[in-house]
Amino acid sequence: MNAVTSPVANPGASRMTGTPAVDMRDICISFGGIRAVDGVSVDLYPGEVVGLLGHNGAGKSTLIKILAGAYRPDAGEIRINGEKADIGNPRDAKRYGIETIYQTLALADNVDAAANLFLGRELMTPWGTLDDVAMEAATREVMGRLNPNFRKFKEPVRGLSGGQRQSVAIARAIHFNAKILIMDEPTAALGPQETAQVAELIKQLKAEGIAIFLISHDIHDVFDLADRVSVMKNGKLVGTARTSDVTKDEVLGMIILGKSPPGALAGPGAAAD
Amino acid sequence: MTDTTTTTPAPASRASGSAPAAAPASFIGALEIDVRFLGMLGALAVIWVVFDFLAGGTFLTARNLWNLSVQSSSIAVMSTGMVLVIVMRHIDLSVGSILGVTGMIMAVFQVNYLLPTFGFNHPAVIVLTLAAGIGIGAAIGALHGFVIAYLGVPAFIVTLGGLLVWRGAAWAVAEGKTIPLVDDNFKLLGGGANGSVGEMWSWVIAVIACLAIAFAAVQARRQRQRFHFPLKPVWAEFTLVISGCLAVIAATLVVNAYTLPPALARRYAEAAGLTVPPEGLSISFGYAIPVLVAVAVGIVMTFVTTRTRFGRYVFAIGGNPEAAELAGINTRRVTLAVFALMGALAAIGAAISTARLNSATNAQGTLDELYVIAAAVIGGTSLAGGSGTIVGAMVGALVMQSLQSGMVLMRVDTPYQNIVVGIVLVVAVWIDTVYRKRIK
Repeated sequence: MNAVTSPVANPGASRMTGTPAVDMRDICISFGGIRAVDGVSVDLYPGEVVGLLGHNGAGKSTLIKILAGAYRPDAGEIRINGEKADIGNPRDAKRYGIETIYQTLALADNVDAAANLFLGRELMTPWGTLDDVAMEAATREVMGRLNPNFRKFKEPVRGLSGGQRQSVAIARAIHFNAKILIMDEPTAALGPQETAQVAELIKQLKAEGIAIFLISHDIHDVFDLADRVSVMKNGKLVGTARTSDVTKDEVLGMIILGKSPPGALAGPGAAAD
Repeated sequence: MTDTTTTTPAPASRASGSAPAAAPASFIGALEIDVRFLGMLGALAVIWVVFDFLAGGTFLTARNLWNLSVQSSSIAVMSTGMVLVIVMRHIDLSVGSILGVTGMIMAVFQVNYLLPTFGFNHPAVIVLTLAAGIGIGAAIGALHGFVIAYLGVPAFIVTLGGLLVWRGAAWAVAEGKTIPLVDDNFKLLGGGANGSVGEMWSWVIAVIACLAIAFAAVQARRQRQRFHFPLKPVWAEFTLVISGCLAVIAATLVVNAYTLPPALARRYAEAAGLTVPPEGLSISFGYAIPVLVAVAVGIVMTFVTTRTRFGRYVFAIGGNPEAAELAGINTRRVTLAVFALMGALAAIGAAISTARLNSATNAQGTLDELYVIAAAVIGGTSLAGGSGTIVGAMVGALVMQSLQSGMVLMRVDTPYQNIVVGIVLVVAVWIDTVYRKRIK
């Protein structure tokens, strides 16, 4: 088969210049003999939104959990701002400015919004006790920016709606000045109005120069927000494309058939035609 | 019309980004007390009144209530640790056996090593006995925690093994012999006439407690003012502080109303070189030392669970272990620490109960694990994890002990006592389950 000449220059490359905020190269991880992520390379620049797409079980969540420090990769290299990064646990990831909003929201249901926001990074009084009042004040401030109607500061987050829980999860990420934000299905649990709110927020964060990975199995969630998309299938990278170079149907073809279109840079997982 | 009369607060005009919540409508809402805790106190009051009626007025006497407080101490101390264990979705079946083995070790250590070294009633004896007991209890708990957290064996199995191992170890320490305690200072931990602080000190403690309650209320209010948070109405603050103080005063009146029997009082007065007035002496017991120990443990444990990072992590892990892990909490280390703490508290329980019996036996603490778990669960600790309070568990311990001593006063035989306690446990948890579903 002859190599197809791409209709666009440098397919799949970012329009941003400089050093990528995140550069994951040839990442592999296996669970019980199954290669959940197999030689995947993705990159992400400051102020850019990259959508990571694929079916359920394609390996997207596993890939970003490696970046977030929840799993250690079997092979591959992660560079943060051009420097090789050793991310062994979630605390390491946070030190690199990587904040993650998980699909499951990862909130402790039995404690209030402030306790969740500061979980693992509590504010302390000079006597070494929890400064709950200061934490609540900070929570009121950040929530006032994200979701001005939020009132349930004293309640366990169990009592919150999906959108309110989502805003607590996002508040946690932005309060700590994330440089790199990973959002796993950020709108999965939300109604249309709340989804629009989250989209607005993503644009705002992007304008502030934050690098954002947006993970979804639904192309409609991300296509309009993302600058580029990387598609995974069966643990492998099908390809990466700028959203301006490909159509939604072509991306859908990547997700379903694993077929890399001419506007995309094909990865190792692309189906041969 | 001026700005101040507008009903909606101006947004973002102050440090807090969002407006304060509307004033709570109900009386109890304004007081900000847990309804379930009130319900538990109500249940306790009902139990007391019913037993007093059934047992012909022998239950609500100063003497019985004083005994009740002493009998509850050991279980109450251990139940505070069990709350944390259960909040983290674990269980500890070994506390009774840890109590047995640490009590035995403390007695043997004291009699065979400390007494010959330091001599009779030397203050170092009680200090070193307690240090050894608590240290060994913590080490046993830490061992359980290590196997649970790092080797991944379920807590149920590890502590079931511990139940057998440490009961056997308690026998092995002195080959089944009963070891009588000798140190008089240590015996004070068991209560009794000597192990109580007397009338004057009881009032001193009561005054300090009332001042502490008022101080805590003022402090909390100041903190909230600092960040312009909605405040409780002043009448609610006063209601809470005054009812807290009244409870303290009532308890003090009760323990002071229990006096030494005349014969003992005369002997006590003679020993102290006092002249006995013709109408007889009235010497009050006052608060028993084990009760004060239990209250102190309760205060420290409440502080640990609500004001420290460790306590926050315990609850977060109980609520969602995965979220806690992803937030960067070292869940294994916290698990190990919780079991070590449980072991240390079992050793304190051992000190109280061996001192109360004046001796250590290898059967001591048998079935205590079940009373401790029952106290925590009756006290509102959810076996699903993530919720529970220290004060609730301690009231739970009091409920369990009230049932038992009430039935003793009614001359109910032990097998029937067990039947009642078992049924009450199940019914209490069922009511709690129904309540929890309702508020959802």
